[in-house]
This record gives sequence, C-alpha cells and structure tokens, in this order.
Amino acid sequence: MNRRKFILRSAAAAGGGLALGFNLPFSLSSAAAAQTAAAAGAEINAWVVVKPNDTCVIRIARSEMGQGTITGLAQLVVEELECDWKKVATEQFTAGQNLARKRVWGEMSTGGSRGIRISQDYVRRGGAAARMMLLQAAADEWNVPVGEVTVANGVITHAASQRSTTYGRVAGAAARLTPPDPKTIQLRDPKEWKIAGRPMKRLDTADKLNGAKIYSIDLKLPGMLHAAVKACPVFGGKLVSYDESKLSGRPGVHRVVKVNDSTVGVVANTWWRAKTALDALPIVWDEGAGATQSSATIAARLKEGLTASGEPLAGWQEGDALKAIEGAAKKVEAVYSTPFLAHATMEPMNATAKVTPDRVEVWVPTQNAEASLAAATEEAGLPLDRGEVYKLDLGGGFGRRGGTQDYTRQAVAIAKQFPGVPVKLIWTREEDQAHDFYRPISQCKLSAGVDESGKLVGLHIRVSGQSINAFLNPQGIKDGKDMRQLQGLSKEPGDAQFGYTVPNLLIEYAMRNTHVPVGPWRGVNTNQNGVYLECFMDEVARAAGQDPLEFRRALMANHPKHLAVLNAAADKAGWGKPLPAGVHRGIAQFMGYGSYSAAVAELSVSDKGQVRVHRMVLALNCGHAVNPDQIAAQVEGSVAYGLTATLYGECSVENGRMVESNFHDYPILRLAEMPKVETVIVPSYDFWGGVGEPTISVVAPSVMNAIYAATGKPVRSLPLKKLTLA
Amino acid sequence: MAKLNVNGRMRNVQAEADTPLLWVIREQVGLTGTKYGCGVAQCGACSVHINGEVRRSCSIPVGTLKASDKIVTIEGLSATSSHPVQEAWAALDVPQCGYCQSGQIMAAAALLKKNPKPTDKDIDEAMTNICRCGTYQRIRAAVHLAAGKRA
Ligand code: FES
Ligand code: FES
Repeated sequence: MNRRKFILRSAAAAGGGLALGFNLPFSLSSAAAAQTAAAAGAEINAWVVVKPNDTCVIRIARSEMGQGTITGLAQLVVEELECDWKKVATEQFTAGQNLARKRVWGEMSTGGSRGIRISQDYVRRGGAAARMMLLQAAADEWNVPVGEVTVANGVITHAASQRSTTYGRVAGAAARLTPPDPKTIQLRDPKEWKIAGRPMKRLDTADKLNGAKIYSIDLKLPGMLHAAVKACPVFGGKLVSYDESKLSGRPGVHRVVKVNDSTVGVVANTWWRAKTALDALPIVWDEGAGATQSSATIAARLKEGLTASGEPLAGWQEGDALKAIEGAAKKVEAVYSTPFLAHATMEPMNATAKVTPDRVEVWVPTQNAEASLAAATEEAGLPLDRGEVYKLDLGGGFGRRGGTQDYTRQAVAIAKQFPGVPVKLIWTREEDQAHDFYRPISQCKLSAGVDESGKLVGLHIRVSGQSINAFLNPQGIKDGKDMRQLQGLSKEPGDAQFGYTVPNLLIEYAMRNTHVPVGPWRGVNTNQNGVYLECFMDEVARAAGQDPLEFRRALMANHPKHLAVLNAAADKAGWGKPLPAGVHRGIAQFMGYGSYSAAVAELSVSDKGQVRVHRMVLALNCGHAVNPDQIAAQVEGSVAYGLTATLYGECSVENGRMVESNFHDYPILRLAEMPKVETVIVPSYDFWGGVGEPTISVVAPSVMNAIYAATGKPVRSLPLKKLTLA
Repeated sequence: MAKLNVNGRMRNVQAEADTPLLWVIREQVGLTGTKYGCGVAQCGACSVHINGEVRRSCSIPVGTLKASDKIVTIEGLSATSSHPVQEAWAALDVPQCGYCQSGQIMAAAALLKKNPKPTDKDIDEAMTNICRCGTYQRIRAAVHLAAGKRA
C-alpha cells in the first residue's frame, strides 16, 4: 500500500485538522518506515490487506460521494472473505498506483450507477480468492488438507485437531502463496448472503458528525496558496484583458493569473482575499457569438426540431405509427419541454495542485480519478506516469465531477505558474452555477391514436434537444444519430428499455445543439424522457377513458419486470383506495441503469396553485439488493433531487449566459417540503442493476400526473414554479 | 487583528474586519468542519452557534463580533462526538456525502436546546438548511430520536 495515502487518510481520520503531511513518510527513519509497513499488513491480493491485529482492509476503486459505494463494495468482498465485519476498514488507492500496477483494480470511474453492478463479480472473486489463500496458509501450517479447515468471522478452525488461528496470524504466509486458479473460485449464492444483502451501517459516518472529515475543499498543505477564478460568463467567450494595478495594496494578494483562454484567477494567501480581489478586478471579455443566445432563441431551435424532416434521426419503430394515428378514432397530441439544470453539488468545485518541472500532483473531489490524472498531466505537459491524483471523498457528485475535470485543469494551470507551491482553487457558488455541464434542454412532441375500444393503436415520440455525446463524446454518435438521448425509450432489453407494447410505434430524436455545455446529471436522459412518456401516457389514458394504472397494465404483458415494479408501487400506495379530501394520486414507471422503477405520488394543490407533496411510494427492482438501508437512502435522495427539479429547477439563458446565480434564485428543496418517502425494494435476483439514479426518473412524472388528477389540466413543462396551476 | 472565543479558547486572528466569520474559522482559526456552500445565508452549511443561537457564519463580518461572544463550531459541540444529536445521526445513518451535516447538526442542536420536544412543524421551521443529497427524511427522524434520548 502507498504510505503517503495511508498517512493522508490517517491524518484525516485522526481529525487533527492540521496540515496533512503528505511528505511525512519520506522523512521517517528506515526503521520507522519498516514498522509502518508491517503495521500496514499483508496484501493478500489487490482487494484485501490483512493486518496482524486481524483488521481486514478492503480496497475500494470507486469514488464515495454519499451514495454508499464504500460500504456496499466492502460488503460484497467481505461476504466472500468471511472476515469479521466489525474489523473491516476500507482504503482508497490513487490513480497513479492503479496505473503503475497495470490497472489491477480496473476502472475507477464512478457514474452511471455502475459502482456495484459492474464491479460485483471481480470484487467478490477478490474476496473469495483471499479467503482461499488464508485457509490454505493455515492448512499448510497445520499440515492438514485445506478441505478440513473452516472459517467464521476471520477465525480459522481445524475441528479434528481442535486448533484455531486467525486471519491476522496467517496473513503473511497467505500473501506468499500463488493465487487460486480463477476457475476454482466459487461465489456464494446471493440467497445465502450474510453480510451482503443486509442493512449494514455505513462505514464512513463517524467523521461526518464532528467536522473531522477532510473534503478536498478543506485540504491544507504546507506553504499552500489559494486561488479564485472567473471564466467568461458567456459560454465560448474569451478573456481579453484585466487591470491588475487596481489590486495594488490589497492584503495577501500574490498576483493575477491567466488560467486559460477564457479564465482569469487571483492567487492570495487566503481564499477570501483571493476571492474579494477577483471581485475588484476589472476584466474585459470578448463574449463571442454566444452572447446573442437566450432561452427564447434556444426554444425556437428546439421547436423546429420537433417537426423537421430530411435529417438523420436516432430511434426505432414498429409497424406504421403515423398511419395508425392518422386513422385512429381518437387522436391525442402534446408538446412537452424541460429546461437546463445545474448539479449544484453542496461542495463547490475545487482542486489543489502542485506542479514541479517533472511532476504534477492533485488533490481533488473526483468521480473519475483516472480522468483527473489524464487531465492534470496533460495540462502540466507531462506524461501520465509523472502525475498523481489523491481523491478525497466528494461533497456530492451527481455526474458533475466525472470525465470533464475542468476544475482540475484550472488548478494545474494556476499551480504551474507557482512551481513547487501547492495552490488550492475553490469556485464560488456563483461560478459553479455559471459554469456547469448542465442537464441538456429538450422538447418532445407526442402523438397517439386510440381506437373505439380505448386501445392504444399508435404512438409517435419525437424528442428534439441537445446531445450530451455531441459535447463530451462525439464518437458515441453514429451517422449523426445519438441513441443516448433516447435513454429509457430503447427497444433493447437490459438497460433502459421502453416498457410498453404498442403495435405501431415511432420513436425519434432530432439533435439540436446549443452553445451551452451539457453533461450527465443524476439520472441523465431518463429524467426528461420519463416525464415525456409517462405524463403523456396519463393524457392518453384519460382520452381513452381509463384509469392510468389499468391503461398501463394492459400494455405491459410483454414486460413483466416493468409491470411487477409498477404493481408493487401501486399496491403499497393503495392505488384506487379513497384518499383524504383534496389529495390526489399520480403514477409513473420507467427503466434506467439496468433497474426498474415506479412511483406513486400523493399531493394536494391549493386554491392558489401551491403544490404540496405529502407522500411518495417508490418501488425498485435492482436485481440484487446489497444494502437495503442504503438503497432506501438513495431513493429518498432521488426524491429530493427530483422534486427540486420538478418544483424549482431551471437554468435560463440571457445574453448567452446563465441567469440563476445562487440558491436564492436556484432554490433547492428544503426539509419542510420533503414528502414522506416509502421505499419498496423488490429484487428479482437474476440481474445486477444500478441504484443511485434509476428512481429519479419516476419522481417528476408521478408528481405531474397527480397534479393532472387534481386540476384536470396536464402539466407539460417544468419547473412548476413558472406555471399557474390553480 | 481580532480576538475571538472559539470553542472555549481565545484566538487572535489576522483578518480584515469585513471578512466573514466562516472564512476566519476555516482559514485563520483552521477549523474546517464548518463549510462553505453559498456565501449568502441560503444553505446553512456554515452554521455555528454564537452565544447559543444558530447563525450562518458566511454572512457575519468578523469585525462585528466581540471577544466576549461565545462561538461554537461543530468541532466544539462535543469532545467525544456524543452529543445526543450526533448519536441520533449515527443511529439512523443520516449523512450521505456529509458535506451539509455539520450545519444540520448545529441547527438541530440549537433547536433541541430551546425546544426539547419539537413537533414536526417545529422541525420544519427550524431545520431550513439545504441538503443536496436529500437526507431530510432521516434528519427529521433523527431530531425526534435525539429529543427522545434527552428526555
Ligand atoms: S455558506 Fe453560509 S448559508 Fe450557505
Ligand atoms: S449529505 Fe450531502 S449535502 Fe447533505
């Protein structure tokens, strides 16, 4: 294990709050260093380190941003390792270590609700292989066949000779054994799990309760300087000049720095001095072509895409939807829209960097430490192996801190101008609102045909809007078609499948990009597509004179997993049972991240049009449920995140820049508005699905459908704060 | 130069009088449990107690404070992390990312000091800090749990 990281973590755990001595180990005497190494324990394999005191250290590749991945991944390893859960510790390695060891830990990227579902097989194998080696070491020591030794809670026993030992005592010998042939590793049937599958307490709570946890924004390094930055408020604009003379005499200011073509920063001896000096700095921008753009010009472009023809459209079809709708007894048509949204992680963007001519180090809250390493070394002009990334647990991620790493690049660009001196960059909340990678804006036109008997005979969905791939990942677009923007409306099973059978169906996406940067935002495109499909289903159900639940059920016979989750939510919520006067229900189902979700919302709408959500029941089938209590926590969190978007969320564009600048005009749901959330987990144990994101897709549509039930008027745009609902 | 009483200790700090208390606590006093979230008294991540009242430290210029004002940060709430609010938070696994939780805990501790048995409505009114991870349901339950423990 890397001792620098060890010291960093120990210092954080000790909660001293003093300088984290990142170079401390190099000043230790060699005897002391050897002692540190012995106490660090024996690495059985990449995932498991066993210390002499029987502590089992589980290595975690994914970033912890509140979603509980550290605890869930440790549960999976420990389930197979069979050590004592009370003696489990976890440890995160660096991107540089993963690189140096030829990516023995696989990918470190943490997004797309993949942490558990993609890692589960190899981390469980890691735990099982370590157990086999530890048992083999004990058997060797006792000179008995390994088949005769058993283990429970890290205590190995040979019943026949009444001998026992512990993992800690045999770890050194086990580490020297050859790992088992992968073909001989047998994983436990999830139905027999004892540690996984149970609501274990999180392993990372203690230092979140007393201020001891060191987030990246809290980091202190010896001799560190502080930086604040401002990028051109208009996306695509450039920095022309600034007047540094206006800052003369300000206390603590070191100097003004050009960060990149569009960004200027101030470096000072405290962040507050840097920030206030930057506020006082006269800056001239070349705002560029983007300055002509506004929410209105963008909406017009998207609207054009709803009916445009003669261009590549992503999508798929069954039968002939247009003809079926044309000839149907009853036609329903609606246009929906959803706005740009900012992530607004609670901890603003920040990063600390130290650059010397032959090395770059960064300390950063990142969802992808390897992307941070690539960004940092590229910005420093150094090869990958001359960099190191120390990731610190994030104060929220939600997709903002993944591949793009703009803030890491900025920190390196600044630190490069102060060779050998660590510089910590912190964004203001205003900078964070002004320069996000926003949830993409879109509109959707839906048309349906219903026959005399009330059957849905044709459905046409045309989404028009911005593409994340066009901005971040152009190779994801094939022949001008970007299927990712139709997430949740896919034909293919397994990940984000459309859950209804419609005889004549046409689903299309017309790409309409803007100058605004976009990126993944918790739930990504399932958010918008969930609203479009599920709200329109309620409109069609009403036109067909049917109950929204019954109408859906009739279309779902070929999608039993979608249906089972819908039924689970409806049952728990008591769909169809009487409600108190003035309270109304809405329902929705959707699929994303390999998991099936459904929700029932109960709310009332006041005479003044004020919406009050009282209760939300959410059902989730994520295949295997590794920690039911943490799944419930993620569902509760997705309700808060989704309701914030429903009620308040909008980033609007004027003169090419974002209007909303802080929580006064980009409000976030507060405790008083939080409904009672009931989580129903219905695992079917035959696949591995995601947890952090899937349920958010059903929050907005179930609420919007309940409003429709309350007012008789469909809700076709968000946020609700802009609508008159009374 | 200002004199501040933080967690029962007198500190001399070098900061301009208009510097927000939040940044003095974080950068001069060196206690980083108190967080920056918005800087405009909206989110409560920066909540501390001043003379027993919960206050948003990002919006209090340090120059307005006297040496006799008793400032308590999350680090000073309990020497052993055993304040009933901290214990209730642990029992219900309230934190997700944890970033807002110093402020939430300080707000809850101040509420319970004044109102040892708060109703849901009291909690609605007192607990106005933002949690972007959405831990509100557990915060509410944990405030009730802590209230029960105190009784
Ligand atoms: S940082 Fe003080 S209220 Fe947000
Ligand atoms: S726990 Fe993450 S912001 Fe509250």
